Amino acid sequence: MTNQKEEIRIGFYICHCGHNIGSIVDCPAVAEYASKLPHVVVSKDYKYMCSDPGQELIQKDIREQGLNRIVVASCSPLLHEPTFRGATAKAGLNEFYFQMVNIRENVSWVHEDKDLSLIKAKDLVRAAIHRVAYHKALEKKKVPVNPDVLIVGGGIAGISASLTMANAGKKVYLVEKDATIGGYMAKFDKTFPTLDCAACILTPKMSSVLKHPNITLWTWSEVSEVSGFVGNYKVKVTKKPRYIKEELCVGCLACVEQCTFKEGKFPDEFNFGLSKRKPVYMPFPQATPQVVVVDDKTCLHFKTGKCPQTCMKACDRNAFDFNQKPEVVEINVGTVILTTGFKPFEAKRATNYGYGKYPNVFTSLEVERLVNASGPTEGHVLLRDGKTHPKSIGIIHCVGSRDDKTNKWCSKVCCMYSLKLAHLLKEHSGAEIYNFYIDMRTPGKGYEEFYDKLLNEGVQFIRGRVSEVNDWATTPDEKGKLIIRAEDTLIGRVRRIPVDMVVLSVGLEPAEDAQDVRKMFNISCSNEGFFLERHPKLAPVSTFTDGIFIAGACQGPKDIPDSVAQAGAAAAEALALIDSGHVELEPNTACIIEDRCCGCQVCINMCPYKAITFDPDKKKSSVNEALCKGCGTCVASCGSNAIFQNLFEDEEIMSELNGLLIE
Amino acid sequence: MEYLYYPGCSLKSSGRAFEESLLAVFKSLNIPLKEIEDWNCCGATSYMSINECNAISLIARNLAIAEKMGGTDLMAPCAACFMGLTKTKNYVETNPKIRENVTADLKKIGFEFENKINVRHPLDILVNDIGTDKIKSQVKTNLKDLKVVSYYGCQLVRPFSPFDDQRDPQTMDQIVKALGAQAIDWPLKTRCCSGTMTSTLSDIGTRMNFLLLKEAKERGADMIITACPLCQFNLECFQGKISSKFGEDVKIPVYYFTQLMGLAFGLPKKEIGLHRMLSPLYSVTN
Amino acid sequence: MHESELDKDFGRKIAENAHGEKLFGCIQCGNCSSACPLSAYMDYTPRQVIAMVRAGFKKDVLSNRTVWLCASCYNCSVECPKSIKITDVMYALKREAIENKIYPKGFSVPILTRSFFSLVKRTGRINEVWLLLDYYLRFNILSSISYLPVAVKLFFTGRINPFEKGMKGKKDVQKLLQS
Repeated sequence: MTNQKEEIRIGFYICHCGHNIGSIVDCPAVAEYASKLPHVVVSKDYKYMCSDPGQELIQKDIREQGLNRIVVASCSPLLHEPTFRGATAKAGLNEFYFQMVNIRENVSWVHEDKDLSLIKAKDLVRAAIHRVAYHKALEKKKVPVNPDVLIVGGGIAGISASLTMANAGKKVYLVEKDATIGGYMAKFDKTFPTLDCAACILTPKMSSVLKHPNITLWTWSEVSEVSGFVGNYKVKVTKKPRYIKEELCVGCLACVEQCTFKEGKFPDEFNFGLSKRKPVYMPFPQATPQVVVVDDKTCLHFKTGKCPQTCMKACDRNAFDFNQKPEVVEINVGTVILTTGFKPFEAKRATNYGYGKYPNVFTSLEVERLVNASGPTEGHVLLRDGKTHPKSIGIIHCVGSRDDKTNKWCSKVCCMYSLKLAHLLKEHSGAEIYNFYIDMRTPGKGYEEFYDKLLNEGVQFIRGRVSEVNDWATTPDEKGKLIIRAEDTLIGRVRRIPVDMVVLSVGLEPAEDAQDVRKMFNISCSNEGFFLERHPKLAPVSTFTDGIFIAGACQGPKDIPDSVAQAGAAAAEALALIDSGHVELEPNTACIIEDRCCGCQVCINMCPYKAITFDPDKKKSSVNEALCKGCGTCVASCGSNAIFQNLFEDEEIMSELNGLLIE
Repeated sequence: MEYLYYPGCSLKSSGRAFEESLLAVFKSLNIPLKEIEDWNCCGATSYMSINECNAISLIARNLAIAEKMGGTDLMAPCAACFMGLTKTKNYVETNPKIRENVTADLKKIGFEFENKINVRHPLDILVNDIGTDKIKSQVKTNLKDLKVVSYYGCQLVRPFSPFDDQRDPQTMDQIVKALGAQAIDWPLKTRCCSGTMTSTLSDIGTRMNFLLLKEAKERGADMIITACPLCQFNLECFQGKISSKFGEDVKIPVYYFTQLMGLAFGLPKKEIGLHRMLSPLYSVTN
Repeated sequence: MHESELDKDFGRKIAENAHGEKLFGCIQCGNCSSACPLSAYMDYTPRQVIAMVRAGFKKDVLSNRTVWLCASCYNCSVECPKSIKITDVMYALKREAIENKIYPKGFSVPILTRSFFSLVKRTGRINEVWLLLDYYLRFNILSSISYLPVAVKLFFTGRINPFEKGMKGKKDVQKLLQS
């Protein structure tokens, strides 16, 4: 049966898994059947093989019966293969002499007919027993882990993760594509439900990041290339030119004052276009680093070459350098945490709400800036003309969420921030406030109590999705207003509410460049485009790519507490990896037999993990075991039969098929 | 290219002016049209309330006739007919049970229905096939002071809108601009005129039309143009009644967009059915 | 209201009849009622109708005039965030009402529908004169009096003609409508 010299002695164990398997598959019958198969010396059934006594059973038999192959028929290998391999190894037998048969997810959980299930279980067991005879001893490879970490995205999640990792003594590279860290949280006025000032709680953390000896902060920078594998990533970061020498600028703003443009002319991104800035600007007063940036798309010097450069002349620190070019730096890190955040839903896509058509339709983010004391209107709630105070405001929930036409998902935070804005708008303007909602989602700590507070503040709540906002007046008091027509479903009547201002509570979407980022780091995304976690319940911050972790809104819409929690979790996972010192790689990798390789490089194009390289001198290809995921594509593609895969060699596969098909 | 033409019941009676002006305008633009033979009623919104399968077969017969005549495009000016034909095509294509029933029904009366013909609306043909430049070139009258509000109604853009935006359609407005007149934007472009309710539930029907007429006047319109015979009828024929009921003068010319085109092209009044109108007449000499 | 008074199969039946399987996904947001130009005149809003259909309130829905106020403008269907074909559900309810003969007695809209139906069946086309005459005779001939001035004007402008020529293939249409 095998051409190995030693006598094969197989121990077979079938698990009842309580009722999970036992209620459908007749386990004793399978054990009885297996005992008669070739090379099977021991054949037992037991209630819970994964338990200590179950594992003891295997170990005892290995020692006393001289077993050299183990087959366990139980649940999914994803769950307990490591358990049984571990038990095998503890008894002194190479763990890769073990083969698992899944008769739970593949038999008892998907079939109801007991007779047919028994036949199927026997078939699968027979196949495994034929296969395991051909297993070889293999060793897991150990690769050291670089202790440095790269964190991409400087919002609250990135900032939290950076501080945790840095405090643990690790070197952190924090890369942020904007000119300042802080993300969306820096733009908020107050945060729910405590109504903490966002900037007050965020800026100390931003400052800590800047000052921390273990954190290298690169703003106005983007990751441009990634290669390598877990514990050993090589990353290229492109630092965009600010045209300012960062180390010299002290943020005195003299240059901004002296700019050729007497007044701001270009939409200020931080204020969502509600105010104007000059080509040289400080992103916002508490920007970190506190360094100005020159926008070469609007700067007169770059556009015409004919600017007197008064900014440069005003700088007594000599910090200007108009000849700056993009700089590429290469770093080596062991782990990466992606905290690239989200993008708000574009309100103009909801054409029935008139954003862009009617001037006094605002997005929630624009309103965050309006109510902020350091915002474009110094905290006064004013209409687009910059003068009029609205006397009535309608807040529409679920814009771009829970909708087949835009995004099917619920964006989780909008109900809470809509309540918050209702409170702030009422406080700042005294206007009549109406919230139009479908459901009021308040699941966090203190969130329902916040809703209760709002109910008692005189804000009017109308449960009804708004189909249209327009300026059609049917009565004199509707003239000159925006009309929101909705069914008040709790009362059961259609109402027309005339308001001066409409606020659209926009949902959260994956970031604009999410697809580019994830492809660079070789991770998956869900249907909606958010980065995919390894397991929705049990591994929310890991990905299917070892060493790459995700945290915050890039994984899915969430609020600040959850983002911070995930950032901590990702940091912990990264630290666990780093502090274990090394990574163990599964040996089911592909190997190229050099003598047989003809150098055609077909396998290189086939490999989805870029794990195969070509040696132009030897004219041979070879597999990087650390990158190889054991998918088997190259093995199948090799025309010279020069590639084999550990644990999936031809004789192993063929014997399994044989075992399945005979009888 | 020759278009096959399905007039529908209204265009031969209350909507005669639509057919007359449509044929006159298409003639002056040299667009060949051919009425399909012995067509039947499309069932409008009523037949669907009785029996869905029969309603679809009823409409499909017209598609089958057009197919048999060898055409590729069937034009249906009446919005209800247009919607019914488009809906039938869609349901036959996407629902196997309906497809089976309809094909079998039509076979009984001698048609091998393949659901291949395209259903078009004159607005689509004029703006997308002919183009606004050609329309501009035919304009002989100066309409630059004329303020026109375009009323699309519901069934032209809902539930299927193969040639225009559902919430903010623009094709009629584009024609108005091409004719040199001012296209006034308003939020009630596609708000229902109540259909047959001006006859069955006149309190509701008259109110719904009052709201439309009033808003058009509020926006400063000199004229409302439509593309559906029932909308035109509703907006036009009860203006006196509505004005006295709600105590506001809402009298305003309500024409078919093809009549406005005819006016712009300088075609004789009788050719474009202006003598059939009950609402105040707009004179180009004003 | 007792559960025994409800028709528990009503929702499934209407959904099947109306390409309306998605109606079970209704989140009762009320967008349909908001979009409906006639909802202000209805006794039950479209959203309430969907809830009642789902729960099995057959008698309440069919004996009320609400579904007959639907003008088939499709605004609800187009705007529904769960893509429910609400207009088709309304049609299915009208058909169900006719089939079960449950509708508000003497209500004008189903009477017009009936006139339409019998005219199409007989002649294959709709002549507005005969349609309205048939309708007023069935409904209330006296209410046609307010219509007369308009009717006269339409006659003299050539927009209505009781003796318009009809179609030739009447028998074909009748065969079609037989199944």
